[in-house]
Amino acid sequence: MTTQVQTAYRPKRAFPWGRTLAWIAMALLLFVTLFPFWWMIRTALTSSKAIFLDTSSLLPVQFTLINFQRVLGLVDPQTAIALGGSGQSINFGRSILNSVIVSVIVVTGQVTFSAMAAYAFARLRFPFRDTLFAIYIAALMVPGIVTTIPNFILVRQLQLLNTYIGIAAPTLLMTPFAVFFLRQFFLGVNREVEEAARIDGASIWVSFVRVVVPMTIPALTTLAIVTLINTWNNYLWPLIVGSDESVRVLTVALGIFRSQTPQGSPDWTGLMAGTTLAIIPTFIIFMLLGRRILDSIQFTGFK
Amino acid sequence: MSVQSQVTGRTAGGATATTSRRRLYRGEALTALFFILPSLIGFTVFYAVPAIRGLWISFTNWDLLRPAKFIGIENYVKLFQDKEFWNALSVTVYYVLLNIPLQTVLAMIIAVMMYRLTKSMVIRALIILPWLMPPVVVGLIWLWLLDPNIGIVNVALKALGLPMIAFLGLPQWAMPSIAMINIWEYVGYTALLIFAGLQSIPGSVYEAASIDGASESQTFWKVTVPLLRPVLVFVVVTSVIGSFQIFDTIAITTKGGPVNATKVMNWYIYEQAFSRFNMGYATTISIILFAILIFVSMVQMRIMRAGESDM
Repeated sequence: MTTQVQTAYRPKRAFPWGRTLAWIAMALLLFVTLFPFWWMIRTALTSSKAIFLDTSSLLPVQFTLINFQRVLGLVDPQTAIALGGSGQSINFGRSILNSVIVSVIVVTGQVTFSAMAAYAFARLRFPFRDTLFAIYIAALMVPGIVTTIPNFILVRQLQLLNTYIGIAAPTLLMTPFAVFFLRQFFLGVNREVEEAARIDGASIWVSFVRVVVPMTIPALTTLAIVTLINTWNNYLWPLIVGSDESVRVLTVALGIFRSQTPQGSPDWTGLMAGTTLAIIPTFIIFMLLGRRILDSIQFTGFK
Repeated sequence: MSVQSQVTGRTAGGATATTSRRRLYRGEALTALFFILPSLIGFTVFYAVPAIRGLWISFTNWDLLRPAKFIGIENYVKLFQDKEFWNALSVTVYYVLLNIPLQTVLAMIIAVMMYRLTKSMVIRALIILPWLMPPVVVGLIWLWLLDPNIGIVNVALKALGLPMIAFLGLPQWAMPSIAMINIWEYVGYTALLIFAGLQSIPGSVYEAASIDGASESQTFWKVTVPLLRPVLVFVVVTSVIGSFQIFDTIAITTKGGPVNATKVMNWYIYEQAFSRFNMGYATTISIILFAILIFVSMVQMRIMRAGESDM
């Protein structure tokens, strides 16, 4: 089908120049997309003294891994200052752990509870089902900042500031998007398989766990990836409720690190080492599940 | 109900099946409650109640230290006289105008290019890479690339004999630079959405157009674009909503400066709430932002739907 589309839309006359030009544009696009990442890595591997010496070398200047050791807190303060760091204890190791903890909590909770709700909305009959679902959907349109301030006040009143649960809370039990997304998939599950399980005496819960969930693993995985990436990337919420070092996630740590300008200018090599560390997990997920991410974007336009 | 009778109809021996089915679904509402309860709690506590509470907070004067005091519409009156608010609004609109048209056109070009040149998964994947990254990381990388003295962009400008520019340090350059950074981050994602739209157009439509002797540009404007309209509406409306809420990139790079040149709505709200502790007033601005978004989305839907009669 798709090949047919392509041949059909391809111009009848050969345009080798046009195509060549388009490929050049494509190469340029890929260069613009990828170069900043290379420059980040190049800087992270450059000695902090050397970034002023050679500003244009495409390869790391005076190659070193010390910046990574520095931002992971593996170098003592004096040495760090001598190397252009702030000397403050920067511990991205801790922040990575915090990000992982928060992400695991949110992904597990959100996917489980949203799946349960989505299944109820897709299959079960109960009073006010459609009204309630419509209200959930309406909440999709409310900009985040509107609920952010009252949520901050709530978390503060519950004395959950600077706790993992405080950071995870608003997205732990559901997001309207998650429920909406999964409901779409559950609606598509063949009803008769479920019916068969029910007739065989399985309860709704058992048929959900044993029949429906296994059949919708791809959708659940997709939601898990989306939730993971959104949680990992989130900045404003963890910034206001969890800036304490004990729970500080990576994005917040990077923001604080950026504000420290130890010797007049930001500690670029350290910052780039930090950003490199921050995107390694995203990158791994991307390598493993890139195709699924692509498919899901094309399917739903998730965000 | 209709589904139930449909299924029953297919079963042999209708009457008994219906009875057993009834028994099957007895207590279903109770089970349903168990299924939706966690999400309902989450929704009530973190969406519904905060939304209503936010409305109430906007009518108070609350600094979190003393108890909130009801002050009626004072915050809303104050808003209309607040020069900083109007600055934030105009700065935000300026950003949206810099960001959306260029991003959408570029995404369209990239999508068509991908569609025509290659089905490569790898290329598509690489193109969305920036969008998967935390905006904080993207902001930091570009802050470094655009550094006024030793950033590679300025080094390159210098090598080309062009003047060096403090992109994020000059009021007239700051917002265009932010817009450029965010285009870099989101254009691939937008292109991919449009690409998916292009793929969903059946090949027979193009065949018909070529049989009718349509030229390539005619085919594009008269066939592709109209058929792509739903996708484009979705893309433009959602990216405008997103753009109005820009925060992370600015929080990492310019922090509203220089001289308020990038003090967008969300940054201003953040500042009011978390540096000046004016919870009431900050919430008021956030509600006005919500109202603006509803208005803008409705206008966009109307405009973009108005063109439907063309086809």
